[in-house]
Amino acid sequence: MSGIILPGADGALYQRDRAWHPPADTPGYKSSTFRAPKQSLLALGPTKSELSGPTFGHERLGALDNDLIRNFSQDGTEAIGQRLVVYGQVLDENARAVPNTLVEFWQANAGGRYRHKKEGYLAAIDPNFGGFGRALTDENGFYSFRTIKPGAYPWPNGGNDWRPAHIHFSVFGHAFAQRLITQMYFEGDPMIWQCPIVATVPDKAGIDQLIARLDRHNTTPMDALAYRFDIILRGRRSTMFENKLEGN
Amino acid sequence: MLHPVPTLKETPSQTAGPYVHIGMTPNFCGITGVIDADPGLTILTPDTRGERIDIVGRVFDGSGAPVSDAVIELWQADADGDFAAPPSRESNSRPSFVGWGRQPANADGSFTFQTIKPGPVEGPDGRPQAPHVSLWIVARGINIGLQTRLYFSDEAAANETDYVLNKIMDKRRRPTLIAQLEDGDVPRYVLDIHLQGPNETVFFDF
Ligand SMILES: [Fe+3]
Repeated sequence: MSGIILPGADGALYQRDRAWHPPADTPGYKSSTFRAPKQSLLALGPTKSELSGPTFGHERLGALDNDLIRNFSQDGTEAIGQRLVVYGQVLDENARAVPNTLVEFWQANAGGRYRHKKEGYLAAIDPNFGGFGRALTDENGFYSFRTIKPGAYPWPNGGNDWRPAHIHFSVFGHAFAQRLITQMYFEGDPMIWQCPIVATVPDKAGIDQLIARLDRHNTTPMDALAYRFDIILRGRRSTMFENKLEGN
Repeated sequence: MLHPVPTLKETPSQTAGPYVHIGMTPNFCGITGVIDADPGLTILTPDTRGERIDIVGRVFDGSGAPVSDAVIELWQADADGDFAAPPSRESNSRPSFVGWGRQPANADGSFTFQTIKPGPVEGPDGRPQAPHVSLWIVARGINIGLQTRLYFSDEAAANETDYVLNKIMDKRRRPTLIAQLEDGDVPRYVLDIHLQGPNETVFFDF
């Protein structure tokens, strides 16, 4: 991990379009009620402290870090479920690739159950599925991992709400102010449009950005379906010194 | 100069959900054997220069309940006020201070970072900012990660002129960012984070 300081001070990143993101207080998603700040956010241009950020390029990841089918196997048995390759490109708002950045992901098992002591869903635990993985983007911003398709699951929100199948993502970028957590959904799932958490995103085009596309060209024959999920991070206003900055 | 117009929209944020500890601190919640250690758990190395300190606090929601499913990340400068320099492509060496930490909240909403006191970082006005660390908080019920800062109570003079603190027009809210020093073997700076309520922490849109 190390830091990169981007040029300029105020405004070296585009201001976050808060109207494109969910507001803090979303009554349909009840957990936000007591956790949403009531005061307005104080909008300031990022300083050096937010324009720098940790990077992970030199940390060696384990060979199975991006293989959720095998990385928690207890006896060599692979995880149960529909086998997938999930991949995509991390870009910034200027459509420039974001290389060498850490992408972390976590998900329920094929039955929709998380490996967590607070999990309350009856679906069975898969002894060979942990539900955690991570990857570094390559020099062109691409990440990929193998996993099984997570199941939908019920949750205590409106009495009978179900989450559509989804994978949680955490992405760093190169500035602390680019830090992002989001969720990926699967193309064609009708439950996407019934989910109170999906519905916190105000714009349908924004929701569309959260839906991975089935990619038949990248399926592994007799093994895994492929889904593509690109992730866009905040972009820099200044294009100066780009090579110097990204050539580390 | 002219700035380019962004051609893509940032991917919308979604809540980290109730199981964010699985994704960010898997060993902490019993998913062991996938990675050796949870990332960011240890910030210091034996070679880190600077005054050792602990930063401790708890996260509370608007009902006063502890937020036990939060993850708190920290990003800070080194003792000289510099951010960790990127290593060369050839080097596998770990810098002596990476400046980044990550802690899961405990059942009582508490967290502890063992780190060093950061040096002053240059501000947008060209003057040094008061020593501070940047914090980022995610949890179930938080739809987009919350950005805030932590300052130090024994830096009163620097805090008085700090660029960011001075942008908080309601001065009564500035103390929500200032951790109070408690002396001990290692100095402890204590700051609770309130997502909502009369002591709501100041959160930023940097
Ligand atoms: Fe989930």
